Parts: sequence; structure tokens; C-alpha cells
Amino acid sequence: MTDGIEAVPAARTAGRAGIVLATTLMAAALAVAPWVGVYPVFLMKALCFALFACAFNLLIGFGGLLSFGHAMFLGTAGYVCAHAAKVWGWPPEAAILIGTLASTALGVVAGALAIRRQGIYFAMITLALAQMIFFFYLQAPFTHGEDGIQSVPRGKLFGVLDLSSTLVMYYVVLAIFLVAFVFIYRIVHSPFGQVLKAIRENEPRAISLGYDAEKYKLLAFVLSAALSGLAGSVKAIVFQLASLTDVHWTMSGEVVLMTLLGGMGTIFGPVVGAFAIIGLESYLASFGQWVTVMTGVIFVVCVLAFRRGIVGELGAWWSQRKG
Amino acid sequence: MTEIFGIPTQALFGQLLIGFINGAFYAMLSLGLAVIFGLLNIINFSHGAQYMMGAFCAWFLLERWGVGYWWSLLLAPIAVGITGIVIERTMLSRLYKLDHLYGLLLTFGLALIIQGVFTNYYGSSGQPYRLPDEFAGAFNLGFMFLPKYRAWVIIASLIVCLGTWFVIERTKLGSYLRAATENPALVQAFGINVPRMITLTYGFGVGLAALAGVMAAPIYQVSPQMGANLIIVVFAVVVIGGMGSILGAILTGFGLGVIEGLTKVFYPEASNTVIFVIMVLVLLVKPQGLFGKER
Repeated sequence: MTDGIEAVPAARTAGRAGIVLATTLMAAALAVAPWVGVYPVFLMKALCFALFACAFNLLIGFGGLLSFGHAMFLGTAGYVCAHAAKVWGWPPEAAILIGTLASTALGVVAGALAIRRQGIYFAMITLALAQMIFFFYLQAPFTHGEDGIQSVPRGKLFGVLDLSSTLVMYYVVLAIFLVAFVFIYRIVHSPFGQVLKAIRENEPRAISLGYDAEKYKLLAFVLSAALSGLAGSVKAIVFQLASLTDVHWTMSGEVVLMTLLGGMGTIFGPVVGAFAIIGLESYLASFGQWVTVMTGVIFVVCVLAFRRGIVGELGAWWSQRKG
Repeated sequence: MTEIFGIPTQALFGQLLIGFINGAFYAMLSLGLAVIFGLLNIINFSHGAQYMMGAFCAWFLLERWGVGYWWSLLLAPIAVGITGIVIERTMLSRLYKLDHLYGLLLTFGLALIIQGVFTNYYGSSGQPYRLPDEFAGAFNLGFMFLPKYRAWVIIASLIVCLGTWFVIERTKLGSYLRAATENPALVQAFGINVPRMITLTYGFGVGLAALAGVMAAPIYQVSPQMGANLIIVVFAVVVIGGMGSILGAILTGFGLGVIEGLTKVFYPEASNTVIFVIMVLVLLVKPQGLFGKER
């Protein structure tokens, strides 16, 4: 490892008050968004991906581990949640929970294998494991192959909230997202998060200070997998669908892109990145394969000229202006 | 009909042959990845896309200008290699001082661009590549028929692999290359132009992928997606073999191809995943890979 993923000053300079203010503003903006003409289904899709990207960012931004197989957690949770809700008739809260647990369990196994190597190998191993999972779902009968699990019932949350109403569904998704977002912030700013950053910066030194680096990395991996699973479960309930798209390697690439574009290692970066990419995709949906080309171009531009991402660049500009 | 373990020998040898052919491509591609990784310290994610470009290049030459297979074997790797050199000079060379992961992300983006553009013009369906006339027919080996072209692919890929091994391990140029892998600063101090060597190495690795693409064109359909899934398997091959040794990469490639072929005979459901399962087992037992060294 040379310099590590570029550290971002935003979180450092903004301070606690700034983060609280920004989070409140974000929550308020999202709460009124459906009332000012933003399509709620678009917002729900973007929020699911924002949560997915935040979970991914926990690993790359604060642990320095680039996973190229995170789609396996999104997709696994989606399939398990959809199966529980549709075939077993479970209520949505139980289906979401079992989906998240399934991803967590997969995260324990995949993480224990992948952290045996570092850097580039880590990326290749996670990608290969995800491909193995993809082929498993392609052949397993309960996923219905190319069709996926369709018309999953949304049901009633806790038997009270009728999720078939789009607005109710939207506020439930928003609530889940905000709780998870604050949880991730707490993880990053806990002693655990600080040790994780120490391991990212200089693993041998962290080990010599008495930290069990493997244990910390595994825990970060499992947390990331669990939160990705939460995103996948919610997504399955929202769109009433679990399909192969969510386990395909292009999905793993997409979450990398969102995080890279928004700003790796920033708190808000993945959210901004997810909204930007989902917005772009729905805008360009009619252009077919050019979306793939566009995605590739954003990757190349980000890596060559824009490595801190949108939020990271803004943070750098802000701290420079303040002198 | 003769049988081995209850499997007709025809089917067994047939799958073994397919496995060997797949293994030849695994070996050539993982060899290119290993050579590039050795000097540039990046994993070339666009390797699959460049393999696809090689196949398309051969298809173009034949369909548009009537240039045959033999010339394609020479021209396609050169053309694709030149695009690789341009990519290295204009983009990759800016990333060497950064974390290696950025190289992976950049080449991933390039792979998406290349695949997207080709899919846009040619769709996802494959284009057939006409087999040259001299390869029509098959040898009768007594226990099986060996199509002439498949025999040629096996022989040619072995020549390419062993030739690469010879150049890197047994020649003066290869010794410079190995020295620069160990310590580029010192080699540069001895008056060797390391940046140019890096550029040419990337061009060579990419050319190797394109050569594999040309050889694959008559066997598989020439399609924009042909490299995408292959490259992930090749990544698993690289993790299994470790990137420390050239001969190791070749052996692992052929070996895993054969194992995959045998799985197709004995337990077809697992044939897609067997290489990944082996990767998991190798990670448990010998995390640095069968021929790897920790770096």
C-alpha cells in the first residue's frame, strides 16, 4: 500500500455541529420532497441505494477495503426477504429482519475468507465470491431464475401501517434510512471506527499497538454486509421484486461508482453519489447501452481528476476558503 | 461403447478437450494479468474487454477487408496493444503514485466504456467467425475426434505461454523486467528507461489478451460480452495461482480448465462454480496462492 485512499478533510473540518445541522437539513428536505413534486418511487429507489452506498463506504472509506462483490449482500437479502414475505407470508418487518440476517451470515463467511488477503487481492476475492453466489441464485429453484421473485406483497408494518400506500411506504423507507445513517455515523465516530481508521492508515503499527486487526476488519465487513442487506430487503419490499440484477457484478460496480462519485470516506458522499447516479440513470434510461458507457466515463473522470468526489471536493474547497 | 466410471469415454474426452481449451484461455489471460501486475502493480480489469477487442478486430479484418486469420493473429494484437499503450501513457501513468486500487477502478471504468460502445453497435448477440479452410476437419485419435482448429489452439497457446516464460525468465530483456519488478528505482539508476519499459509491458500484456481473443473468435461467438464473465473467472484463477510465478500462472490456468471440464461430466450443476469453490479452499489452506509469494 502506498498513500491509501485519499483522506478527506470534510468530516474533520465540519465538526459535530455541522454534521448534525446537515443531517437535519437532509432529513427535512427528504421529508418534504414528495410534496414539492419529486416522484416518491424515485426517492425510495435513491434512498435504498444511498443506504447501500453508505454501508459500502463504511468498508472502503473507513476501513480501506475495496469490496467488488457487495451485490451479493444486496441480492441475498432481497431474495430471502422476498421469499419470506411471499412464500412464507411473513409480515414486512420480519421479512426485512430475516433478509438482513441472511446477509449478515453471508458477510461472516465471505469476510472471514476475503480478509485473508489485502488490497487488490481482496477486491478480486470478493468479486469472485459474489460471482459464485450469482451462479448459485441463477440455478437455485426458489429464485425463479431470470424471472426473479415477482409481486412480493408489501403487507402491513407491525400490522398497522399499510405499506401498499406509496406515501406510507416512502416515510417508512425514509425512517429506516435515517436510523441507519445515524448508526453509521456513530460507528465511524466510535472508538471502533477510530481503530479501523488506524488500521487503514498503517496496519502493522495498529497491530503493534495491540489491536487485533483481523477482528476489526471482519467486524467492519460484517456490519457493512448487514447494512447492505437491510438496503436489499427494503428494496425488495418497495419494488415487490427480487431479481438477478441485484446480485450481478454490475451492481457491485455501481455501488463503487456511487461512493467514488460522492466521496469515499465522507459521511454524506455516498448519499449524494447515490442520488446523482440514480437520477442520471432514470434521466438517460432511454439511451440503452450508452448508460453503461456514461457510467464508465464517470469512473474514469473520477479516478483521474476527481478522486475526493463531490462532497470531498466541496469540503476541501470550504476548508481552503476558511483559510 | 467403452466407459470410465460409468461415463462414455467419448463424452469424457470431449469435455476434457473443452476444459483444456478453456484452460488455454485462462492461462493466456492470467499470464497477461500477472505480467502487467508485476511491473505496474495494477490489476487490469479491462483485460476481458481487450480480449473481446482482439476477437472483434479479427472479425472486422475478415468481414470488411477480407484479411484472413493468419494476418489477424499478427495485426489484431498490435492494434489492440497500441490502444493499450495510449491508455497507459494518457491515464494509467498518472496513477502510479496512488493506491493500487485506483488502477483497478480506472480499468473497470474503461472496461464498461469499451463493452458499452461495442454492445451499442453490435447488440448482445454473437457474430460468427468463419473458420479458415485449412482447419476444416478433424484428426481421428482412435478414442476420440480432435478438430484440427482445437488442436491448433492448444499447441499455439502452449507456444505463446512458454515463449512468454522464456523471454521473461531466460533473456536479458526479461532480466531487466524482473529487476524492475523488484526495484524500479535502482534499475532506472542503471540507465534503463523504466517508464518506457512499463508502457511496453502494458502494451504487451494487452496484446496477449487480444491474441487470445483472435484465437477464441472461431470457437466462441464474437460478442461484446464475451470477456466480461471470463475475466472474473480469470481473477479467481489468479487468486488460486498467485501472481508470483509465470509457470505457476500457466499451470494453474490449464489445470483449472481441465478440472472445470471434468466437473461438467461428473456434476454439471457445479461446473460454473467449481473454480470459485477451489479458490475458497486455496484461501483457507494457502492464502497467498499455490505459487504466490506474499507482497
